[in-house]
Amino acid sequence: MSVQQSGAVSDAMVITWRNLKRIPRIPELAIFAILQSIMFVLLFAFVFGGAIPLPGGGDYKEFLMPGIFAQTIAFASATTAIGMTDDMGKGLIDRFRSLPMSRSAVLSGRTVADTIYQAGILVVLMLAGLVVGWRVHNGLAEFLLAVALLLGFAHVMAWLGIWIGLSVPNTETAQQLTFVTIFPLTFISNVFVPPASLPAILQPIAEWNPVSTLTAATRELFGNPNPYVGDGIPGQYPILVTLAWMVVFLVIFAPLAIRKYRNTSR
Amino acid sequence: MTNAIEAEGLVKVYPARRGSTEVRALDGVDLQVPQGTVLGLLGPNGAGKTTTVRILTTLLRPDAGRATVAGYDVVTQSNEVRASIGLSGQYAAVDENLTGWENLYMFGRLYGMPKADAKMRANELLEQFTLADAGGRTIKTYSGGMRRRLDLAAALIGKPNLLFLDEPTTGLDPRSRLGMWDVIRGLVREGTTLLLTTQYLEEADELADTIAVVDTGKIIAQGTADELKAQVGGERIEVVVRDRAMLPAARELLGSAAAGEVEFDEHTRRLTAASTGGAQQLVAIVQAMGDAGIEIDDITLRRPTLDDVFLTLTGHHTADETVEENV
Ligand SMILES: Nc1ncnc2c1ncn2[C@@H]1O[C@H](COP(=O)(O)OP(=O)(O)OP(=O)(O)O)[C@@H](O)[C@H]1O
Ligand SMILES: [Mg+2]
Repeated sequence: MSVQQSGAVSDAMVITWRNLKRIPRIPELAIFAILQSIMFVLLFAFVFGGAIPLPGGGDYKEFLMPGIFAQTIAFASATTAIGMTDDMGKGLIDRFRSLPMSRSAVLSGRTVADTIYQAGILVVLMLAGLVVGWRVHNGLAEFLLAVALLLGFAHVMAWLGIWIGLSVPNTETAQQLTFVTIFPLTFISNVFVPPASLPAILQPIAEWNPVSTLTAATRELFGNPNPYVGDGIPGQYPILVTLAWMVVFLVIFAPLAIRKYRNTSR
Repeated sequence: MTNAIEAEGLVKVYPARRGSTEVRALDGVDLQVPQGTVLGLLGPNGAGKTTTVRILTTLLRPDAGRATVAGYDVVTQSNEVRASIGLSGQYAAVDENLTGWENLYMFGRLYGMPKADAKMRANELLEQFTLADAGGRTIKTYSGGMRRRLDLAAALIGKPNLLFLDEPTTGLDPRSRLGMWDVIRGLVREGTTLLLTTQYLEEADELADTIAVVDTGKIIAQGTADELKAQVGGERIEVVVRDRAMLPAARELLGSAAAGEVEFDEHTRRLTAASTGGAQQLVAIVQAMGDAGIEIDDITLRRPTLDDVFLTLTGHHTADETVEENV
């Protein structure tokens, strides 16, 4: 047991290295992830954007970009889930499990690598945002805190992705399942439209939705328009509520993922 | 001599799933593999070979029975077992998007080697498996045989004394298969204890000291290749007659010329019997058939296959009728 503990960090680093090495070898994955987000930017900034006036008259593109970041980050779980099922299907997980290595390293290494991967995607999206007219108006500290929130959320979503990936039989199911759960989450939110325009029963969901609070938090931190501030706790304290969501997700899904991994075909 | 592998009464039941009933994959498997010897686990599709290997390599927990590998219990001391063994599973388990070298380096590091050692070992193994030129290419570009070799190389990263190979040559062309046999013989010469599974009697014969025949989760026979062959009766004469009507006559003739039962298949017009006199006898039978006016489409002398073993041991064919001797 002690052998396993001392090797956990170095094993996780090896797994991280392995997962990062793969990214440029399968460029389609990163390209499509980025294209999907850019398509949303173009669609909402230039096609629907004009039809959605912001109360207080802020710039719609500046309003939109933090939501796009949050949406992209929420989809990070799909990347992880698909990668995990792929490793299972190809027998790699069995090989890892037959080695005298730390078992948690296979999971922690992947979540770290996927977080770094999302950081890369975030950089590209921010550059795209700058091109369409998105600007940061606050200081460096706020900017860094916003980025930290986004990447922290990406990391948490990776743990969710691992659990999903280990629970489904193949990559197609992993893809579908994450798609049908994450997509509604990003639409029943404040990302594209005023939450007040949603049906009444959906409004509390949109208010508490972690994608909403992450979006509101980063809008505030970047100094972008954040016109739909509710009176409730999520509206008033989006940063704290986002952090709370991250803790809740991590406490639920990391242990679930680890337990699932330990019991996989045992 | 101590046993490197010992299993007693292993049982594994896969629970029923939607659309399938529960499967009793192992139904009381006992095995002993003395240090430095090779055990061939011979059986048809679905016999339970992979399940046995997965239990012994700690990937699967048995529902009943116990097993020790390198002296460690596979359930309670799985870490120690994993540190003592190398495994190459039925399907090559390497990262398609890494190069051959990167794969080996990664497994070396995960085996606990320092960076410099892992690099050296990766180079060494690529050299040993004649993959040095391909070491810088991603696995995606490898042929099936190259993948298999790399997978075996990965199993050898930690220089294990105890190796598990699940169907190491299935899917390889005859030349690659011979190459793989050479590699495996080399390992055995150096003293590695080996458990290998195969669907080919010939392969077990070539590589194994002891052969265990497994069928529907049970070991139905165990012994040296010679012992097993003595039971099965050595080479076979196989005759295909032109005219179905001639089958009874041909059967009678073959029965008197060869040893034991003549097996025949009405549909394919094929007769099979154990041979007692090699090529000489073959010629005599051709002669006799000609004299009797029985036209022959084909006549061959072949080594016994898994199917023959099965027929002799169990009285029924393997479930998979397409098993072929293809070297
Ligand atoms: N994960 C699983 N779930 C349900 N049944 C399984 C599972 N794995 C194997 N089986 C069943 O258990 C039996 C033994 O399978 P096993 O893979 O051990 O056979 P095998 O001898 O390795 O066959 P093959 O030559 O085809 O590789 C088969 O009937 C198979 O269908
Ligand atoms: Mg098998």
